[in-house]
Amino acid sequence: MAAAAAMVGDEAERARGRRAALSFAAIAVVLGLPLWWRTTETYRAALPYAGIEGLGRLPFQLAVPVAVVFAPRSVPGDLPRPLPFTDVQEMDIAVNLRTSVTARYETAYRSTTAQEEAALDVATAQEADAGLHLLQDALLGALTVYVVPETSPLLPQGISVYVGKHRSALVRAGGGLATLRTRLQQLTQVMSFTSSSIAAALSDRLPDGQLGPDARRHLKSSLGYEITFSLLNPDPKSHTVDWDIEDAVNRYVQPVLDKLSLLANFSVDSQILYYAVLGVTPRFDKESSSFLLSAHSLPHVINPVEARLGSSAASLYPVLNFLLYVPERSHSPLYIQDKDGAPIYNVEAPASPQASLPLHVDVDMVRVMEVFLAQLRLLFGLSREELPPEFLLESPGNEGLADWELDRLLWTHTVENIATVSTTLTSLAQLLDKIGNIVIKDDVASEVYRAVATAQSAVDELAMGHLHSAFQASKEAVTSSERAFFDPSLLHLLYFPDDQKFAIYIPLFLPMAVPILLSLAKIVREARQQRKEPTKMD
Amino acid sequence: FQDQAEQFFRSGHTNNWAVLVCTSRFWFNYRHVANTLSVYRKWLKWCCLIFHSHIVLMLADDMACNPRNPKPATVFSHKNMELNVYGDDVEVDYRSYEVTVENFLRVLTGRIPPSTPRSKRLLSDDRSNILIYMTGHGGNGFLKFQDSEEITNVELADAFEQMWQKRRYNELLFIIDTCQGASMYERFYSPNIMALASSQVGEDSLSHQPDLGIGVHLMDRYTFYVLEFLEEIHPASQTNMNDLFQVCPKSLCVSTPGHRTDLFQRDPQNVLITDFFGSVRKVEITTETISLDGDLAGFESK
Repeated sequence: MAAAAAMVGDEAERARGRRAALSFAAIAVVLGLPLWWRTTETYRAALPYAGIEGLGRLPFQLAVPVAVVFAPRSVPGDLPRPLPFTDVQEMDIAVNLRTSVTARYETAYRSTTAQEEAALDVATAQEADAGLHLLQDALLGALTVYVVPETSPLLPQGISVYVGKHRSALVRAGGGLATLRTRLQQLTQVMSFTSSSIAAALSDRLPDGQLGPDARRHLKSSLGYEITFSLLNPDPKSHTVDWDIEDAVNRYVQPVLDKLSLLANFSVDSQILYYAVLGVTPRFDKESSSFLLSAHSLPHVINPVEARLGSSAASLYPVLNFLLYVPERSHSPLYIQDKDGAPIYNVEAPASPQASLPLHVDVDMVRVMEVFLAQLRLLFGLSREELPPEFLLESPGNEGLADWELDRLLWTHTVENIATVSTTLTSLAQLLDKIGNIVIKDDVASEVYRAVATAQSAVDELAMGHLHSAFQASKEAVTSSERAFFDPSLLHLLYFPDDQKFAIYIPLFLPMAVPILLSLAKIVREARQQRKEPTKMD
Repeated sequence: FQDQAEQFFRSGHTNNWAVLVCTSRFWFNYRHVANTLSVYRKWLKWCCLIFHSHIVLMLADDMACNPRNPKPATVFSHKNMELNVYGDDVEVDYRSYEVTVENFLRVLTGRIPPSTPRSKRLLSDDRSNILIYMTGHGGNGFLKFQDSEEITNVELADAFEQMWQKRRYNELLFIIDTCQGASMYERFYSPNIMALASSQVGEDSLSHQPDLGIGVHLMDRYTFYVLEFLEEIHPASQTNMNDLFQVCPKSLCVSTPGHRTDLFQRDPQNVLITDFFGSVRKVEITTETISLDGDLAGFESK
């Protein structure tokens, strides 16, 4: 009796033991495993992967609003419809297989108003241009083309198209609609963008081999630039050089930078470097009795000087250095010889040998600034492309660049910005996908969302022809995407090799797991035994 | 001349950068600091072709002002004490305890806190050729930093991939002088990387010569022979990478130097040493000027 009771008690004990073991195992698996997984996973906020991918495939559409205004007696006979009417022309710009860019020219044809007629009734094209500029509402990216009668005195002989300083052009009538259309196309190529300029802006997406040296020359678009003007005086004993840089910057450089201020922030400073010697000794040429520096020694010339040019420690913007070199007395006059052997540029040369040293040299800032500003224009990609012979381009004069040149910059920069955003975000998404243990914080995710949203709105604005808002949106998108990509927190988790992971977890989990596993094993063994002898119990 | 001009454009880079890292601390690792400083000097020696602002120099310990240095304020790389590689104008960007794996990776990837000054950043772009030189104690798949942490070859490969994705380099030359150095470049997977190491997996890199006056070994063999090779290079030389691969054969170096070029797009035959070890400017002569009106009456100055 006692033995049977003991056996029943034993049985109950064992059953309770089995239940306990099973419940431990259940809690460990059901509660513990997910808890451990959640607490050790890296925090990765959700990113709009679909939006990023869509950005990469988005077809660009660049809409250019053009207005064609006919002065009296200049309307061609073969217009398809009576004035006023609008016409849309689309042109495909082939970039590569995946990207397509379409240019839409929304042309509105109308006749002149009384005020415009009065403005056109002047002696020269320049005056007409100035007068017409006051009448326009100067929308960025828009063009206005005024068609004047064939016999109009505004355009000089042999010139059929005059491009002004602002956003208008004068075209001589004649030849019918077809000629007008051709001239319009040529004008939009000059004043807005060409296929090659858009292709170059999208060069981020293009293989390298197709770029010409022109594309390598100009600067990548940046949010700001630091401009430094340096005067190099290697021989202060012989020359005391005076340059009125502050006045020159205020008069000539500042207006250009003000115009470009939409594009980027600029900061200007200047310095004078003494005893800055060139790296190469120039050769004396008896024929011209001057010193020559050949073009292929020029790369070595600039290096020692470059080491001495400082730059602001705080600013991270690219630095543009403009140097003015006053040759030493023993090496004057100094010319640079290009590959054809002809001396082409005279570095500032003081003329007469005077008895007393040091010579006082007053730098002609106008001539210097002419060169510097021309080089600044080249750096920004504003070179004068090949024009048909009947075109006359108005020189921008002291303003440095014409309004339509600013438009050209804005078109290419907007497209470039959007392309950069797409590349940055795509590579960020790829990176975060590939390297699984980087933490993605919430603010990084919100920057990415903002970048995607502003980039999409930039593309939409471009399609509607609002260049200004498109550019602003693209600038914002670039700032957000750069901030997201370069966020310092994206370095958080470094790589842990698998054997290290095991080395950490085994001492924690193994002691706990051993009793559970052993009792589970015992339960399974007993269950199997019972099934083999089901009628053991009496 | 026309050909030379064409070739400049063929290499595709417009500026050069360098990141030189010495990862060892303590007086008896003098040779690692001397290695790094000699590489630094070799660049500046070439008429300042790469100037300070384009070099990020990381030295994990200060040997010149170490209390055990019998010749304070100097670091020598040759036992005849010919050249003080420390010099007067060395600019160490990351010194002493600032040389950590995290800082190194931040420099490479550009994920730097905004307060970092310009000199401590690698401001390269997609047209930069970068030389990365690392030296210290290493093992199979890792490099030891400061005797307290290590960087693995996977992390290094990931960092280079991040640089590639953000277009932070045009071409990269990675040189490592540590024991089992070849293991560090095994895991690279980004394009346009060429790697050189002083020894294969399972081999030790040995030091060159001790100096009885200073009491430590002054340089490592591989770096010593590489720098000797570079002595003969001048800015206009046409020596290519294949010649660099032949430097320091087993008879001189005791270990077998290795290299990896499969990720590099151009043939090493066409890659000039000066593409990485020097910076040659591309010059363009312009003749355009704009016309400015000298006397602008009624102009208000701002």
